Amino acid sequence: MTVIFLILAVLTVAGTAAAMGMRNAVHCVLALTLGFAGVAALYLQLDAQFVGFTQIMVYVGAVAILAVFAIMMTHSPTSVQLPAYSTHWLAGGFVAAAVFAVLAWAIRASAASAQPLPPQPDIDVQQIGDALMHRYVLPLEIMGLLLTAALIGAVVIAMDRKEEIK
Amino acid sequence: MTQTLDQIFVIALQRLLGLLPVAVRPLASAILCVVAILVVFPLLFAITTWLERKGLGRMQNRLGPNRTGPFGLLQPVADAIKSLTKEDIVPITADHVVHFLAPLVLVMAAFLAYAVLPIGRNMVLVNMNAGVLFFFAVGSTVELSVFMAGWSSRSKYSLLGAMRAVAQMISYEVPMVLATIVIIMEAGSLSTVAIVEKQAGYTGIFPHWFVFTPWGFMGFALFMIAATAESNRSPFDLPEGESEIIAGYYIEYSGFKFALFFLGEYLGMFATSGLAITLFLGGWSAPFSFLTWIPSYAWFFAKLLVLIGAFIWIRGTLPRLRMDQLMNLAWQYILPMALINMLVAGIWHFMPVGPIRWLVCSVLLAAPCVVLSFTLKRKKRLQVRTYYFAE
Repeated sequence: MTVIFLILAVLTVAGTAAAMGMRNAVHCVLALTLGFAGVAALYLQLDAQFVGFTQIMVYVGAVAILAVFAIMMTHSPTSVQLPAYSTHWLAGGFVAAAVFAVLAWAIRASAASAQPLPPQPDIDVQQIGDALMHRYVLPLEIMGLLLTAALIGAVVIAMDRKEEIK
Repeated sequence: MTQTLDQIFVIALQRLLGLLPVAVRPLASAILCVVAILVVFPLLFAITTWLERKGLGRMQNRLGPNRTGPFGLLQPVADAIKSLTKEDIVPITADHVVHFLAPLVLVMAAFLAYAVLPIGRNMVLVNMNAGVLFFFAVGSTVELSVFMAGWSSRSKYSLLGAMRAVAQMISYEVPMVLATIVIIMEAGSLSTVAIVEKQAGYTGIFPHWFVFTPWGFMGFALFMIAATAESNRSPFDLPEGESEIIAGYYIEYSGFKFALFFLGEYLGMFATSGLAITLFLGGWSAPFSFLTWIPSYAWFFAKLLVLIGAFIWIRGTLPRLRMDQLMNLAWQYILPMALINMLVAGIWHFMPVGPIRWLVCSVLLAAPCVVLSFTLKRKKRLQVRTYYFAE
């Protein structure tokens, strides 16, 4: 447990907690982004460069923007602000603590946590690329095909819209 | 002698670190390198503002700045003093915290991108395995800062500007990344240093830069178009179109914060140009084998200045695009071309070396380019425009 880990953990937890507690929806998304960035930094601290940068690229760069756009498109600033907190915070806290306790107990009692940790392998991006291109090439190709189809589909949908309105 | 001149900054850093105790050396080395980047690139920004105003002035048949210093060279200093002494006005309805954070996030992201750019031989701040990935990850946070600026100002113009900017940046990030993939395929590495080393050899006097292959040339062209759009420069400067939405997302910023936005935008432009140099133009390597005696960092900055000059030239020449034209260009032309380019790069890799490979790949790229241009042109029916989003 190093100092850097503690700082990052506090940042992440504070960000995600603020995302649940803040009243303004856009503030919530920005706080959540801080949480995403904290998680990415935690990955980087574990020397998982690929996962860390992908986390920043996907969550900070795309998901946060998507969420913000969704809020702006649906949320009118003049609408009545509903209270963000539930009034039954005691019950909520109890449920949260119970879920945490069950999860912690399950993890402690499982067979996987009893085994000693294997020596940490030194994985770099080159090896991830090799694995994706050789061993897991079929899943990768299927994913690529699916995503390309989705991309082209999005373009086609955007193109058709103009004709309909006319 | 040539060797020493080439490595003079590396040697100077080693000497300087030698004076310090061993325990603080890694930290001191990092701080010194960061300070060097923090000094050099803002200086380049100052020079570029002068160059841009002078160049645009010449293109528009006027003189440009000529009152401060010889040839107006001290104009950036005057600008800096002016922006520092101006009052910092924050709109009363603005979201103060987010309004304050937006320019900081932008400049921070812009500076972070320089960490992986090899400026010269052995001159890179961090040589990481996932260098290109890092560059794009950092670049994607710029969009968030633009949104923060536009939203927190609580102004129609800034919100419209931010929406335009974010839509444009997301649209052009896709072809930009796809255009770099051909390089990663051929170099077999995501590390910027390894990519530059891959291009360092010479055949006769000519270098092995990726731009001198059909797919490399196409990739470079697509990358530069996308880079122009990413840095919100003319002809893609809709987010700050003065005649429509005044200054876009940073309209409510004044004084030093406005200067920070300007700095962030230019730093972003330099960083993407630097990445283009690294990926396509051989990084710090010399354009001819008999010119290798000139230090590597001089070549990097020479190439950077050439690209900046091209950016200024384009800004002075082309009119601004309309929003639908901008989106159509990205999704209907640049994106398909980038996908075809990837295919051609694969074919190039597996064909035997020789002129036939050149011919086949050039035809495979030129044909879709022409066909796509003509089909898109024919689809345009010129008629009275109907506005369906505004009355």
